[in-house]
Amino acid sequence: MQQREQWGTRTGFVLAAIGSAIGLGNIWRFPYVAYENGGGAFFVPYLFAMLTAGIPFLILEFGAGHKYRGSAPQIFAKLSKRWEWLGWWQVLVSFIISIYYVAVVGWSISYFFLAFNQGWGPDTGDFFFKEFLALSDGPLDVGGIRWPIFASVVAAWTICWFVLFKGVKKGIETASKIFMPLLFVMVIIITVRAVTLPGSLEGLNWMFKPDFKTLLDINVWIAAYGQLFYSLSIGFAIMLTYSSYLPKDSDINNNAFITAFANCGFSIISGILVFSVLGNMALNQGVGVDKVVKSGVGLAFVTIPKAINYLPNPALFGTLFFMALIFAGLSSHISICETCVSSLMGKFDLNRKKAVTIYCIVGLFSGTIFATNSGLYILDIVDHFINNFGVLAAGLVEIIFLSWICKLEVFQEHINKTSDFAMGNWWLFCLKFITPLVLGYMSIANLIGDIRTGYEGYPVDALFYFGWFLVVMVAVIGFILQTTTLMGSDSTGSPAESNR
Amino acid sequence: METSAVIMMVFGLVITWGGAAICISIALKRKNL
Repeated sequence: MQQREQWGTRTGFVLAAIGSAIGLGNIWRFPYVAYENGGGAFFVPYLFAMLTAGIPFLILEFGAGHKYRGSAPQIFAKLSKRWEWLGWWQVLVSFIISIYYVAVVGWSISYFFLAFNQGWGPDTGDFFFKEFLALSDGPLDVGGIRWPIFASVVAAWTICWFVLFKGVKKGIETASKIFMPLLFVMVIIITVRAVTLPGSLEGLNWMFKPDFKTLLDINVWIAAYGQLFYSLSIGFAIMLTYSSYLPKDSDINNNAFITAFANCGFSIISGILVFSVLGNMALNQGVGVDKVVKSGVGLAFVTIPKAINYLPNPALFGTLFFMALIFAGLSSHISICETCVSSLMGKFDLNRKKAVTIYCIVGLFSGTIFATNSGLYILDIVDHFINNFGVLAAGLVEIIFLSWICKLEVFQEHINKTSDFAMGNWWLFCLKFITPLVLGYMSIANLIGDIRTGYEGYPVDALFYFGWFLVVMVAVIGFILQTTTLMGSDSTGSPAESNR
Repeated sequence: METSAVIMMVFGLVITWGGAAICISIALKRKNL
């Protein structure tokens, strides 16, 4: 059995955890969600969700990873042999996310080079959908591979392979110490530039002007909890894996607080950046900010490039913006892949170099479908289903298992032993009641919504193959992997009966 | 930009980055960051 790797410094671990949490969603999802759900008033439920669900869940995952020191399936198997499948379920969810998430990182790499001379032209929507993606008529009309996109995806996988190949300390930790400070510096530079643009204050007014009446709407609170769960990398084994590399006497609680605060603070800065740019663009077009606001792929690859076209020094702003997207995306992608690599190493007794190489090659070729003419459609469907019925459902089962079937007090004793400050009864209450209730409500509401109305008008067969079938298969394969006895499966160690 | 918008923006930034700063200072006091 191989000796488990360790982080070299506490700063390295914290930066890697922040790097995992901060991703593309912080830049392109949070500002829109806040704008749609009460503007500045959204911060009340958002920060409440951070304190009552995000941070408690993060502490629990850090604690479980640190206490049982293994990949996600190994950690759950140590708690109970019958629950190993939960770890595999989460790992498979991570695998699916890694193969489509990297496609967006690939687009960002392409757009970084296009930004030098605004190669997207004046009609950024036409360029992105018709020229760059060359979108087909629907998700089942796959067409052929878009080779320029595939080349960018290969570049992203190569960087990821290089970092993971070097290991936890020399690879992930070093990369995090480079990526994270650079990301913060770049985002601060472009944010300062953005808020000095004409019209930026009008844009900021649209995002931050509070509508406190929305606080009476339960959907606003659910949106806040949802944004936080997806943002903090909880519920799909990443933080379990990262914390399993911590030395024995490491802090748990304070590290989780720093990670969550930095992640949420970065989201707010991203909101300032995005809405300042949108305000400037609205002013230039002579329309209201509500007419130009978008989220997701449309914001990053259509609206922002269009806004960049109006700026005095578009090349500098554009390259910095897409470089920031690349760094944010890559640091998250690396963490997702590490989760899978760590599990492969544990299950098949592979050394790191072999596991990383196999994983990256399999990931690259499995994700080829996202570089085809229907890539965006498929990505949209897979992302929706994996987030709503993979991450959320696995997170719900995990929290029920850890807080109700296991003894939460054992985790509490463990995390308080080595942390800078202790967690009290509020932590137990949040994990036993608030988090499962919110996750349960969200899962049921999503299920009912998708059964009743489908998703975005996509054909039923496309939703079946890339949505329902996929999420069911991910859970089923998780069960199969638990029952498969392979080399290295004994590395799960002895069951932690004391924790149940 | 309206005063209420400025207040909410500052509120969000102070809570998050202020919280991070306090936690980092606690870690630094322990001299193990």
